[in-house]
Amino acid sequence: MSENNKNTHAIPLERVAGNGLLSRRHLLGLSLAGAGAMVADSVLAADAPALTMPDWSRTPGRGPSEYGNPSSFAGHIKRLAPGPSATLPGGGASRTPLHLLQGIITPNSLHFERHHAGIPDIDPARHRLAIGGLVRQPLVFSYEDLLAYPMESRILFLECSGNSGGAAGPTAADTSVGGLHGLLSCAEWTGVRLSTLLEEAGVLPEATWVTSTGADGASMGRSIPLDKALRDVFIALYQNGEPIRPEQGYPMRLFVPGWEGNVSVKWLSLIKLASMPANFKDETSRYTELLPDGKALQFTFPMGTKSVITSPSGQMALRRQGIHEITGLAWSGRGAIRRVEVSADGGRTWADALIDGESRPLALTRFRLPWLWEGAPAVLQSRATDTAGNVQPTRDVFLNTYSPANRYHFNGIQSWAVSAQGEVTNVYA
Amino acid sequence: MFTPDLRAWSMAGLTVLGLGVAGLSVAADGPGLGMPVTAEQLAGIDLIVLPDGTGLPAGSGTAAQGKAVYDAQCAACHGAQGEGTQGVPALAGGTLTGTPVLMTVGSYWPHATTLFDYVRRAMPSTAPKSLSDTEVYQVVAYVLHLSGIVAEDAVLDRASLPLVQMPNRDGFIDRSQEQ
Repeated sequence: MSENNKNTHAIPLERVAGNGLLSRRHLLGLSLAGAGAMVADSVLAADAPALTMPDWSRTPGRGPSEYGNPSSFAGHIKRLAPGPSATLPGGGASRTPLHLLQGIITPNSLHFERHHAGIPDIDPARHRLAIGGLVRQPLVFSYEDLLAYPMESRILFLECSGNSGGAAGPTAADTSVGGLHGLLSCAEWTGVRLSTLLEEAGVLPEATWVTSTGADGASMGRSIPLDKALRDVFIALYQNGEPIRPEQGYPMRLFVPGWEGNVSVKWLSLIKLASMPANFKDETSRYTELLPDGKALQFTFPMGTKSVITSPSGQMALRRQGIHEITGLAWSGRGAIRRVEVSADGGRTWADALIDGESRPLALTRFRLPWLWEGAPAVLQSRATDTAGNVQPTRDVFLNTYSPANRYHFNGIQSWAVSAQGEVTNVYA
Repeated sequence: MFTPDLRAWSMAGLTVLGLGVAGLSVAADGPGLGMPVTAEQLAGIDLIVLPDGTGLPAGSGTAAQGKAVYDAQCAACHGAQGEGTQGVPALAGGTLTGTPVLMTVGSYWPHATTLFDYVRRAMPSTAPKSLSDTEVYQVVAYVLHLSGIVAEDAVLDRASLPLVQMPNRDGFIDRSQEQ
């Protein structure tokens, strides 16, 4: 096989960093297609069987349906979900299978979940959203009411503060990118600006915080500063065009762009203006970052500048030498992604990846870079820089900042080792 | 309903028109469908307790009274002395710098009001909101007593609970303005 692939060298490849990284310009018109075609000619012309008309082209297919499902051959593309919790009914998390998806939009059925008391089965006709506390006039809205308000749509990532917490552990787990980093999704969210509703209720001058609780069994609550609430927070009613899913807060959730997912309170039922944060359990006992000296950071809201290679990634295997596309996701809670660099030699040399399409603020950004793998061991890494100038730290730099017990806001660089046999594994490098 | 101004008013670059000195409303850009209610009418769903005690209900309890509630409602998961069980957090003891780090109500939580707020809204996990306000005061007192924070006969109520001095009260660095 490697013999055949050596033919690809007949077309000059622009190597831009160590261990086979090629220029992103190959994805922008400096085509690799010619190289591939030469290989294909030499192999397929001699060895490939003649193509035949498949069975499914000889019979009518299935008719239309009311609500579609993936192909039965794509049934393995599922969230990574653990079994039920014995002690916290409905609690726990499922992760988005990032290694099985492309682009930046997470299908609704595969959006990650994190619940603190399970998913309530809410009848929207009986659900109410109340706004109270430090307002001129407390108000109650029905779901139908909110549907009549002006709406806006934005493509936004959502990441659990505890995402990638496993990467801070003492040993590198044998798992996939979804298993490690899959508390991360991105969707087009549509809803009503919170500022519109707050203006209707009339925010009193002494209000500085917005506290919110949901209608789940735990009535989970979080507090956010009023200035953020007025800036870009909204009540999400639609997710990728359809009503938000029960596990995302149906019929409505708070959506706080760029900030740790837990503040985007699901099954939103109460918004209360206050002069201080409530210091809910999930903003004191949890979702705070312990430092080495025993102090802790509280209200660390924006998610850090971060990227991860989704392919090749943990538990995958390269089955052939030759050109592979390295691809992954980058995002920042403080802006858009300005740059993603990729290394194939464990961070010694770096090459700029191609940003695929538009780099949107507070959304996932897809990056790509061609890589010529010639069978040598490699360590693949990616490093993101956002428009505010924040650069993703190494794992060691991140870990040295916090107590060993901290599992929140991990955004260190991920390393995937590729063995000479092509096996890809999670490593600390 | 959709004025030209509104259409040009992106969520990313939202300008808070008129939210100035008074902090009051601007010209409404929605249909104004909110139904006016009183704070009393919201009380049935409002369980929020602030660190200054705002939101605490009437009632009171002591740790001595709370032991029975704890033993019946909490001990099976959190352990007889708040030591925790597999997958369930410990409530008492612990250290923030030792090995291993153990973050509990006693070692970590900065406000006693948070314990009331959380127990009332979310515990016990199999039957949240099933405890009376008096039972919540009692069991909160007991959990605090497990860490030696309040005496066995100390009466906790809406006045005294916010005054409880938590050991890690000053252990947090507020980053809310770093956005």
